[in-house]
Amino acid sequence: MITKKDVEHIGWLARIELTEEEKEKFTKQLNSILDYFEKLDEIETDAAPMHHVFGLTNVFRDDVAKKSMSQEDALQNAPKKEKGCFKGPRIV
Amino acid sequence: MKPQSYELHMLLSETPGDEMKDVIIGLEVHVQLNKLRSKLFCSCSTQYHDSEPNMCTCPVCLGLPGALPVINEKAVDSAIKVALALNCNIEEQIMFYRKNYYYPDLVKGFQISQYDYPIAMDGKISIEADGEREIRIKRVHMEEDPGRLIHVGTIDRSRYSLIDYNRSGVALLEVVTEPDLRTPKEARLFLNKLRNILEYLDVFDGSLEGSLRVDANISLAGGARAEIKNISSYKGVEKALLFETVRQKNLVRRGIRVAQETRHYDEVRGITISLRTKEEEKDYRYFPEPDLVPLRIGDRVDDIKRALPELPDAKRQRLVKQYDISDHHAKVLTSELKLANFFERVATKVDANLSATWIADVLKGELNYRGIGIDAFSPEHMIQILQMLKNDKITEKGAVQVIRTILDEGGAPPEIVKRKGLLKIEESIITRAVAEVIKENPAAVKDYHDGKNEALHFLMGQVMKKTHGRADPSMVSKLLKEKL
Amino acid sequence: MNVDGIREMVKSGKSVEEVIQSLFDKIERSKLNAFITLAKEQALEEARRVDKHGAKGMLGAIPIAIKDCISTRGIQTTCGSKILEGYVPPYDAHVIERLKADGAIIIGKTNMDEFAMGSSTETSYFGPTRNPCDLSRVPGGSSGGSAAAVAGGEVPIALGSDTGGSVRCPASFCGVVGLKPTYGLVSRYGLIAYANSLEQIGPFARNVKDVALLLDVIAGYDPRDSTSMDKKCEYTKELRDDVSDVKIGVPKEFFGEGIDEDVEKAVWSGIKVLEDLGASYTEISLPHTKYSLAAYYIIAMSEASSNLARFDGLRYGLRLGKDKDWHTTFSEIRANGFGEEVKRRILLGTYALSAGYYGRYYLKALKVRTLIKRDFEVALKDTSVLITPTMPFPAFKIGEKIGDPLALYLADVNTVPINLAGVPSISVPCGFVGKLPIGMQIIGRHFDEATILRTAHAFERNTGG
Repeated sequence: MITKKDVEHIGWLARIELTEEEKEKFTKQLNSILDYFEKLDEIETDAAPMHHVFGLTNVFRDDVAKKSMSQEDALQNAPKKEKGCFKGPRIV
Repeated sequence: MKPQSYELHMLLSETPGDEMKDVIIGLEVHVQLNKLRSKLFCSCSTQYHDSEPNMCTCPVCLGLPGALPVINEKAVDSAIKVALALNCNIEEQIMFYRKNYYYPDLVKGFQISQYDYPIAMDGKISIEADGEREIRIKRVHMEEDPGRLIHVGTIDRSRYSLIDYNRSGVALLEVVTEPDLRTPKEARLFLNKLRNILEYLDVFDGSLEGSLRVDANISLAGGARAEIKNISSYKGVEKALLFETVRQKNLVRRGIRVAQETRHYDEVRGITISLRTKEEEKDYRYFPEPDLVPLRIGDRVDDIKRALPELPDAKRQRLVKQYDISDHHAKVLTSELKLANFFERVATKVDANLSATWIADVLKGELNYRGIGIDAFSPEHMIQILQMLKNDKITEKGAVQVIRTILDEGGAPPEIVKRKGLLKIEESIITRAVAEVIKENPAAVKDYHDGKNEALHFLMGQVMKKTHGRADPSMVSKLLKEKL
Repeated sequence: MNVDGIREMVKSGKSVEEVIQSLFDKIERSKLNAFITLAKEQALEEARRVDKHGAKGMLGAIPIAIKDCISTRGIQTTCGSKILEGYVPPYDAHVIERLKADGAIIIGKTNMDEFAMGSSTETSYFGPTRNPCDLSRVPGGSSGGSAAAVAGGEVPIALGSDTGGSVRCPASFCGVVGLKPTYGLVSRYGLIAYANSLEQIGPFARNVKDVALLLDVIAGYDPRDSTSMDKKCEYTKELRDDVSDVKIGVPKEFFGEGIDEDVEKAVWSGIKVLEDLGASYTEISLPHTKYSLAAYYIIAMSEASSNLARFDGLRYGLRLGKDKDWHTTFSEIRANGFGEEVKRRILLGTYALSAGYYGRYYLKALKVRTLIKRDFEVALKDTSVLITPTMPFPAFKIGEKIGDPLALYLADVNTVPINLAGVPSISVPCGFVGKLPIGMQIIGRHFDEATILRTAHAFERNTGG
């Protein structure tokens, strides 16, 4: 069972502010979906977890530096910018 | 020296500094693998230090939707190199994980890091504190560097932040120690040693701004542990730990419990402040990065091991043996790879012991005084200076003067000796000056014969004056005593 | 209107510009809401260039629509979300580079469930897309805009993405052909991730031949996608009209409970058609199928919760007026920019990955995935393709299921196992319930797109498709 308090904590971790109404609703819905996920508890397995469908390993790139984007391209979508930087909110 | 903050001053003044035996320190050191050409997961250059903000980014390191990481092979090999040099066990298979947390310097809302299956575990290095101490390394793992946050004002008073992502995605190596360090000084010695090893391996340039950052865990025996985040200088680590030790001891003395918390080191004020805004370890939701595949690295370790260069401890032992120099000198000389190379270059041309003394004691001192590196001095010049000294062409004082002149004004030794008139003068000239001085100062001569030793100093001074300081003092003293 | 149809129009004397313009005219009058953004200026300029200098490449002068989760340089790419409204990528996805190199003309970006989270294209911030066969019904999802645009004759071919059925479901609901390639066949570079380990970009068209043609263009190794593999072949050349060597497996778990009777009947008659053409069939079992949905949703939501963390309004996307402290600023932007379904999945994924639950949910799901993949490998050892209904039922009414998230998740029951196993799968129309199309799913061995395309092609040719 997950509680409204759990939902609040998850909302904080996910940085999504939730209204009271949303908290109630999601608590209910999440519980019914998590109940469904319990299906996996039925199965005991020592199969290796899948990390790539074909077990691919060792995909690398050479240490070669290539041209970067222009500052203009980098900042093109920034809602707020200043002095060539992205402008962010205050930290504390 | 910056003036100490009032808080620091008060804290230090009320506490004796010697009772540190019960301090427990562990470090998490983040070093940039800044000798790589490109970042850890994209082809942007690591040479961003002279760039305008946000000029070294691409969709990958800017975290644009849809961009995918690809691992830099050399970064992995460099990490293996370091892990071997730290005497770690290299894992057979390694993986990258996502460490999920939010912060404005983090472009994706997660950092690609390592969790289970890191590159290496269980190493150790020795440091020389009061005697040799072994510091255990818990693990070594790779991760990507976040961008750089510029607080407009100080961190706790700024109205907004500016973010430069040039640094974002640079390969970082995190070296985590066991809590084996006992004093802030040991922490500094550990960092020096680590830097030393990294530079020997040619994976790290510690002179670049922001190339090393440290999180330090510190507690008093039996007390809760404070984590000081993101200390970004070598000196800062010792200072921050010193401050924190004293702060915690004062709390204990007043009967207040030390809180387990994250603190921020304010470099400007020299203090740590409580700063609890980020997620805690249990909130990071690590899971394997699905855009990367596991790496099997077992079969590349042997080749890398074979190609490892001579490391500081081994070099120190070899220098003592091969050149018959003192261990102290060998220690100083191997504290920097460039210094050791400089020494060996010079020592093959002139007397090794003389070279060791003049490089480790004199030259190093002059460089430190000026805050510059060995690159500023040519080994050829050192060879010339020592040869002149050895051949009695210049005095020791003259040699020091040549070194200082090169450092301050430039130029080459022969030319400086000529220009400054440092060529040591002939014995006959000194003999003549001695005779003259004896003749001109009968009173002093009498005093000398009456047993007044200061008279000899006076007479020597007179001879030096006549020879404009170019006479070898030991020679003057010898000749004076003979004539008297 | 298919690729040959466009070529005919041009051959018969129409300029490429006129052809493209006629599509835009149609789209602008359309009630489907299949597009979020039209690239009118760029497309017409390209058309004029082709009219002047001639077409190049396998898709020379062929118009194409792109699902709005695939990055297009200079064209707004929103993923159907308010949080990305106005975002213009400074780079092209790998598939877009390939399309451009082969002469295709991108006419616009198609509507989709927000961040591909849905099976109905109703969760889009830009309003639902309508099914061309019945405007009161959903086109399926999440690539509903691409499927509807092709089915509605607004464009001959389109790209979608398929994480758990997002190409095949709308193909089935709209009566077009849609293919999900083997994991790793098509580069994901530039595809805005929903669930990285499951998804592939896939083609839509009105016939199998055009799907094969489009796959020829977009498939192939890309060093920028570490999970991509060098396994492509020439798919159009494999479209022989011969299925006599094809052994069909019919997995019993994909029929029965929850599957509409008419759908089941239509698929069985499809299998009979192939049998008449010389293919053989046996009933087989994929025993771990019942765990697919749970495993799929756990993996997809977990990965999504992390993938969508980057949307914080700093570098691109929605930013609300006045900033507060960073934590509140981010939380408000994300609360405001994400729709309800996206929030639900992020919350669930965050929970599934959190300390103490990782082993029970995500890690367990990765283990179950191994079992499911093994099921398919075993089944496909003695058979060359598997055939099932694509969706359990035909297109439902807009608004009909949106209130019950879990019920909507269950609709993906026949498509998600394919993504878990990483195998390729194609949906081809195989009949109707009233005027609503039914899709037949043909699943193949890893990297054996050739055989499922050939089977689908033979079926299509012999059923008047």
